[in-house]
Amino acid sequence: MEPNSLVKLNEARRERQAAILLSEIGKGRDRVIREGDTVAGPLGEAVAKAFRSGKSGMFELDGQEFFLNVQVPAPRIVVIGAVHISQALAPMAKIAGYDIEIIDPRTAFATPERFEGVALRADWPEEAMGDGYLDAYSALVAVTHDPKIDDYPLIQALKSNCFYVGALGSRKTHAKRVERLKEAGISDERIARISAPIGLDIGAASPQEIAVAVLADIIQAFRKRELSAAEQAKGAA
Amino acid sequence: MSEQKLTEHLAGNGPAKDELQVAQDWMREGRNLAIATVVETWGSAPRPVGSHLVVDEEGNFEGSVSGGCVEGAVISEAAEVIESGEPRMLEFGVADETAWRVGLSCGGKIRVYVERLG
Repeated sequence: MEPNSLVKLNEARRERQAAILLSEIGKGRDRVIREGDTVAGPLGEAVAKAFRSGKSGMFELDGQEFFLNVQVPAPRIVVIGAVHISQALAPMAKIAGYDIEIIDPRTAFATPERFEGVALRADWPEEAMGDGYLDAYSALVAVTHDPKIDDYPLIQALKSNCFYVGALGSRKTHAKRVERLKEAGISDERIARISAPIGLDIGAASPQEIAVAVLADIIQAFRKRELSAAEQAKGAA
Repeated sequence: MSEQKLTEHLAGNGPAKDELQVAQDWMREGRNLAIATVVETWGSAPRPVGSHLVVDEEGNFEGSVSGGCVEGAVISEAAEVIESGEPRMLEFGVADETAWRVGLSCGGKIRVYVERLG
């Protein structure tokens, strides 16, 4: 392994950026590919597939073996609102392999008793979420119903390249939200990224069922996301 | 690997180690080292593809490629890889008696790629 490749790979990992160390087996040659870098040909397809699955593995091309060492940050769900839906979503997300954290400034909601063992912050999103808080491996779920709490993190999410943005609310509530986001200078294209009404349409009725719909929606967004350079650039613009 | 360390390891709650960062730290200290990586598994292998074992020229190591049963062999191969600079591909079955006793899954097979850093 090239020392420089090791340094580059560790740098990407520290920055929560997905990267692949591509090694030519038996040759001692390797290079680091960051998510969004262009790799041509069949190797490029293998690279894209490896980024999507997050799984390391061997690849053979013209009799040469390659090992793709995939390093992706753990996907995480940032939930705005320590409500019923979040109480159900937290354990389910953990089971599915997603990190989860919950932010709600209302201290009556954000209590450790209601969210045992869950990363919980009883702060305003403005305080809890700094610049770059949401990365390409983050999902933002806003479920307080309160524009004073939900709007700021939604705007942050729409400006970021996070892989999922969802907001709870009826079509009427969402229409009003869209107006506010437009006033805040967010483009229609960006606003269209919001999954609203939140969750896959499975007819969910109870908070627990809505949590299932939300988690399925997030999994779908994560596993089917586009990883081409163009999409990356669009997300980060 | 001690029995306790191995048990923690199998339970998945051992101390969090970052082998790739360890490799970089050791490199900065001027140590010569090899990185062993599980590149393929068949059956119920104890460590997934992508697992690393970092070994220096004195046989100090960090990480794991099998949860204990083939580490010894990988470490001695690593010494030769550090010496020669030639990478090697190793293949192991993990169905030996030791593996059974500590509760590792039997019948698995792994391929481990060992290469020198630099």
